[in-house]
Amino acid sequence: MLKLLNGPQTLGNGPRFWIGFVVALALALAYPLVASPYDVGNAAYFLIWIFMALGLCLMWGYGGVMSFGQTFFFGISGYAYGVIAINLGGRGWTSFEALTLAVLLAAVAAAALGYFMIWGRVGGVFFGIVTLAASLVLAFFIGQTAGPEWRIGRARLNGFNGMKGMKALNMPWDGGTLTFDGVPLYFLMIGLLLVVYLGLRMLVNSRFGNVVVAIREDEQRAELLGYDVRKYRLTTFCIGSALAGLSGSLYTAWGQFITPSSIGLPAAAMPIVWVSFSGRQDLTATLIGTFVFLFGYQLLTVYSQQAALVLTGLLLLLTVMYVPEGFVIGLVRLVGWPARRRHSTAPIVAPAGE
Amino acid sequence: MSMSPLLSIKGASKSFGGLVAVSDVSLEVAPGEIHCLIGPNGAGKSTLFRLVVGTYPPTAGRIGFDGADVTAEQPYQRVKRGMSIKLQNPSVFRELPVQQNLRIALQHHVAKAQLSAETDRLLALLNLSADAAKLAGQLSHGQQQWLEIGMALALKPKLLLLDEPTAGMSPEETFQTGELILRLNREGMTMLVVEHDMAFVRQIARLVTVLHYGRVFARGPIEEIISDPSVAEIYLGRGHEH
Repeated sequence: MLKLLNGPQTLGNGPRFWIGFVVALALALAYPLVASPYDVGNAAYFLIWIFMALGLCLMWGYGGVMSFGQTFFFGISGYAYGVIAINLGGRGWTSFEALTLAVLLAAVAAAALGYFMIWGRVGGVFFGIVTLAASLVLAFFIGQTAGPEWRIGRARLNGFNGMKGMKALNMPWDGGTLTFDGVPLYFLMIGLLLVVYLGLRMLVNSRFGNVVVAIREDEQRAELLGYDVRKYRLTTFCIGSALAGLSGSLYTAWGQFITPSSIGLPAAAMPIVWVSFSGRQDLTATLIGTFVFLFGYQLLTVYSQQAALVLTGLLLLLTVMYVPEGFVIGLVRLVGWPARRRHSTAPIVAPAGE
Repeated sequence: MSMSPLLSIKGASKSFGGLVAVSDVSLEVAPGEIHCLIGPNGAGKSTLFRLVVGTYPPTAGRIGFDGADVTAEQPYQRVKRGMSIKLQNPSVFRELPVQQNLRIALQHHVAKAQLSAETDRLLALLNLSADAAKLAGQLSHGQQQWLEIGMALALKPKLLLLDEPTAGMSPEETFQTGELILRLNREGMTMLVVEHDMAFVRQIARLVTVLHYGRVFARGPIEEIISDPSVAEIYLGRGHEH
């Protein structure tokens, strides 16, 4: 299994990469020792979004299917976490139960929406249009739930004002309760991200991943090799959307608050920007790029929210025009690291699928 | 092996709007046969292939394969029954290395332990060992044809469909392809081949079906077809060397 961490579908396979990886992980773990609790909490907040970016990277960069509406699943899961956590009360392990159920719900929603799109042969740009439409519908729908009649159990949806009152993630600890905010949340995010990142690396380098990239390259050829393209598409879509859902419920748990504006158009465009800026064809590039992007975005937002949005648009334009493979991958090539397409050094021979 | 045909096409038709590409074609391919389909451009050969493999649904008619009616089946289901096709234009995973192209074809029939050995065996068979790490899109046209034939072979099919396997190949490569086909046929593989190169057809085929305007125009042993003046008129007569 561990062999799959390296393979043809990931940049960075050699010992040098893994040394760098361990160093980066050690630095990340040591960060709370030197940084202020505020900065640590802030870093945890950045990490929350990376799951959604990795999910889109899998679907779009590896699978070749662009979804413009990952915030649909982000929103479903974010609201579901709120509703379930409020109704379960948020004691004992109930907040983690709410998290698990909320992520599952996003996956189920993706299975339902994906089934109709993929079996109905909705492809290419239309896939993006339908998913975007779904997220806009959800945002508008939740926007009109301000009245007191819009409640699920004890949870009021509250329209544009947003739902609040759910507990943060917490668990029984040493006779008391450990609440995940600030430093504990940061460590939880690092741990989750490690599991998801390594898990996705194994997935894309497995037999399954081989078929996913084959479908991206030539759908008809893949089908004529005996693969049911639709099942692979749907599975990829469900995994990617479950990750968007994970970001959503973590976001709600982090702020104990969610509004429909985290689902609507500007929010829906952000994952596309992160992933194309970073380099959608690689998980590591997406992870690093998204973190850097969010960090820079927040720095700018302090001065001007409008300027940050405009610069984001400019950055997307620059990416598309000059570095279509993404800034992180572009930089890696510039420095001359063995990139995936340079087979002289990259261990393509590494047995994929073994 | 029973005497029933491996592939049987019964009254297959395909029209696109008003254009009738294939009209009431029936064809049987017995196990162990190499059957060639010839005919002028636009005769409906590639369309007929697509009906067989299922990328087009037929307007009318049935497709039977290996004792089952597969007319309603998806292409991947037919492939799982033992069909494999090399399409007319080389269709390989251009952005992936040659080696990975073959692995993707091999991986769902071949056990993990044999995957590397089997990949190497195919690479050697296709004369592509030196180019294993190249991207498939960097290969020459002829090499891409070979790679696609290799991917089709990797499935160990009962019936191999080859649509113009030698297009873009040098005479030497064409001859080698013919030898490969004959060798695979001796090992028991049945083939249906669309080809324009008559020298190649004579090298590999015993039975030939001629399509013209989407219909079966003539059918018979290669020698008969070649000496049939009406076939020569529609197809071979245009300065084709014998």
